[in-house]
Amino acid sequence: MNSTVVLNPELATLSRIVVLAALTLYSVAFLVLAWALTRRAGAKKAKDSFANKLELVGISLMTLGAVVHGVGVLTRGIAAQRVPWANMYEFSITGAFIVTAIYLLALIWRDIRFISTFVSGFVVLIIGSANTLFYVQVESLMPALQDYWLVIHVSVAILATAFFMIGAALAATLLLKESKFINNSKLKGVKIIKNVLNVFPKSEKLERQSYQFNIIGFILWTFTLIAGAIWADKAWHRFWGWDTKEVWTFIIWTIYAAYLHATATRGWDGKRAAWLTMIGFTAILFNFTIVNLYFKGLHVYSGL
Amino acid sequence: MSSPQPSEKYVVRKEYNEPIEAPDLSFKSWLRWIWRQLTSMRIALILLLLLALASVPGSLYPQRSADPNGVIIYFKNNPDIAPWLDNLQLFDVYSSSWFSSIYLLLFISLIGCVIPRVDVHYKALMAPPPQPPTSLSRLPAYKLLANTDKKYKLSKAEKYLKSKRFRVVSEKGSIRAEKGYLRETGNLLFHTSLIGVLISVGLGGALSYSAQRVLVEGETFVNNEAGYDSYTPGLLFDSKNLTPFSITLDKFETTYDYVNPNNYGRPLDFIASVTSKLANQDPTTEVIRVNNPLQLPNSKVYLTGNGFAPVIVLRDADGKVSFSGPVVFLPQDSNLTSLGVIKNPDAKPQQYGMMAFFYPTVAKLKTGALTSAHPEIINPLLTLNVYVGNLGLDNGIASNAFDLQTHGLKQVAGGKSGVKGIKLERGQTAELPAGLGTIEFKGIKRFASLDITYNPGELYVLFFSILTFFGLIMMLITPRRRVWIRKTPEGIEVGALAKSRDESLPKLVKEITKAMKKKD
Repeated sequence: MNSTVVLNPELATLSRIVVLAALTLYSVAFLVLAWALTRRAGAKKAKDSFANKLELVGISLMTLGAVVHGVGVLTRGIAAQRVPWANMYEFSITGAFIVTAIYLLALIWRDIRFISTFVSGFVVLIIGSANTLFYVQVESLMPALQDYWLVIHVSVAILATAFFMIGAALAATLLLKESKFINNSKLKGVKIIKNVLNVFPKSEKLERQSYQFNIIGFILWTFTLIAGAIWADKAWHRFWGWDTKEVWTFIIWTIYAAYLHATATRGWDGKRAAWLTMIGFTAILFNFTIVNLYFKGLHVYSGL
Repeated sequence: MSSPQPSEKYVVRKEYNEPIEAPDLSFKSWLRWIWRQLTSMRIALILLLLLALASVPGSLYPQRSADPNGVIIYFKNNPDIAPWLDNLQLFDVYSSSWFSSIYLLLFISLIGCVIPRVDVHYKALMAPPPQPPTSLSRLPAYKLLANTDKKYKLSKAEKYLKSKRFRVVSEKGSIRAEKGYLRETGNLLFHTSLIGVLISVGLGGALSYSAQRVLVEGETFVNNEAGYDSYTPGLLFDSKNLTPFSITLDKFETTYDYVNPNNYGRPLDFIASVTSKLANQDPTTEVIRVNNPLQLPNSKVYLTGNGFAPVIVLRDADGKVSFSGPVVFLPQDSNLTSLGVIKNPDAKPQQYGMMAFFYPTVAKLKTGALTSAHPEIINPLLTLNVYVGNLGLDNGIASNAFDLQTHGLKQVAGGKSGVKGIKLERGQTAELPAGLGTIEFKGIKRFASLDITYNPGELYVLFFSILTFFGLIMMLITPRRRVWIRKTPEGIEVGALAKSRDESLPKLVKEITKAMKKKD
């Protein structure tokens, strides 16, 4: 028989403040990175050392934000005496942390600084909505969630989402770069965007990098699906039952499977594949928000 | 789903440049044309997208498979459009003809594409790396080492490529090498395992069964068709194969959180203590919990729900007991306000039924209505409205035990009948109106809803899923590369080709030339 877990609401409140501090750091990072981008776009010379410095400051702020953010996520877990991913608020803050961490680690391996504005902006958006829309105090786990598969299944899903997010950011950049509207427009505002896009890498490179993040995301998503089925068999007496969340997990898997085929099909690679990435990631966001909050099903863990 | 074959076509990806053949008049070539289209990667891609799209409505409309009650409610709320939607099979999306045709086409496309590739790949695995294309300079990575430079040695390139685990064939003045066969192996493993998953899901479903049984504390059920409340066998499942065993629910307990103010009174654990007995064996006591089913031979028993079953004794006016036993009440909210129906067809002189609410801890809302304030039994109360008339149980048509069709019945207590509804605390007895007799609220028991399932395909699904997963990793992380080196009048040519987008291909060529120059 399990003895009742003692929650720590004071620590949870502290954790929330720490996460908000991280949000502030990310917001400043976002502004600095956006400044660096516009500065680069306006520069006459190919190499603008000031823009480089701004970028360095921005990425350092993001790193600092991630460290603070990590403390926030960790203390949330300690306050709840379990993994910090059992409701919408916790999915969001942990997810945002994983996105940032994966992105910063990827910087060591690939020079994808150019999407830093996008990533930091996205993270600000997630934490912001987590804090305003999804916030709940720490609560004990309902019996259905008391299982080690919660640790495995959900963490891998979050990890997959982080990779898909970066893949989608790169695909979005490619689509903007290839956009006929932006390239042909004579409007001044659009021209500035065009200048910004000109400093980004070539479309082929964006396509390749997007592919690399997406395939890791796809492998992790496949794992999420299999792990989810194993858990469902244990908790819900069937490994697959077309529950709304299962349906959307399947839809996302199928879209990315189509994407993988597209990358190897002439006429479907490049822009069309990038569109599929965008559709796939939109489905992920839809699955996380609308399906969690409004759809009826067995995965009722938003905590709201 | 066909991808470029390892052959001479490899270089120019000829199959993509071929125009789609116009169908000529012969039936056979027309069929061949359809087959080629169906097994093309483009069609596979479109079918995948269609499958994703076709899955969406199943999350928008309640499905009979996952939420049968939701379908009934939908029909009630939208009587006009529901039958139309039903005609389009929108309440059975995943077994609908249109959904099935998409995935069947997809799997035909997959089989048609993968089977020939197994043969091609097997031959490639057995054969040495292929001959170089006529012009190496057109390869994505290429370097020409000028003839004057005598320090480059082919033997060193060979050594380097072998150290990088290339399969190398060295001939006079030329080398051909290839690595990354695992890419295609993984690809084929992935796709064939998917077929395995589909077959195991299909066969497993046909050979499976699932059943439900609500068991009140102290009750025993025997695992056969008659022992279930509901029973759904697969198409090929023979009920004679049900393993004979019995399960008794000894006790059902819920532990609640009384420590944390944030979730005070919330359930933390549901524990069904049972005694299970297999034929010719001693009974064993076991515990079934959420996430912890009871494993018995060829069946698993899951705990899927619970609630209260007040024990009721009904006596006719002459004192004769006409009904006695626990009645299962269905929980309506998290504090277990429960709704139940008591039917007494054996009552004399006339049949009657009751709609009852049970409150484990009764409380009054501001509106005056009663509610339960807590899921545990602290201050239990039973309230009942009484209806007299023919209950319709004698005509042999199965009726829902949780539903009282009040149409045609006369309400004699509660509501607008003019007689107050009956309120009973535990242990109390009350007089029924209209000379029906008495009702005694004798005690409270708990019940557990159990699901009993068996699916022999499960393990195979898991096995093929794991193969799929490993195939996927193999195919996505292994680069397949070919390298050709040859001496020409102009110098030594080094060319490399990859089967996928491979940005480190120029780096590989650079490394090879570096190795060729290295001193011993």
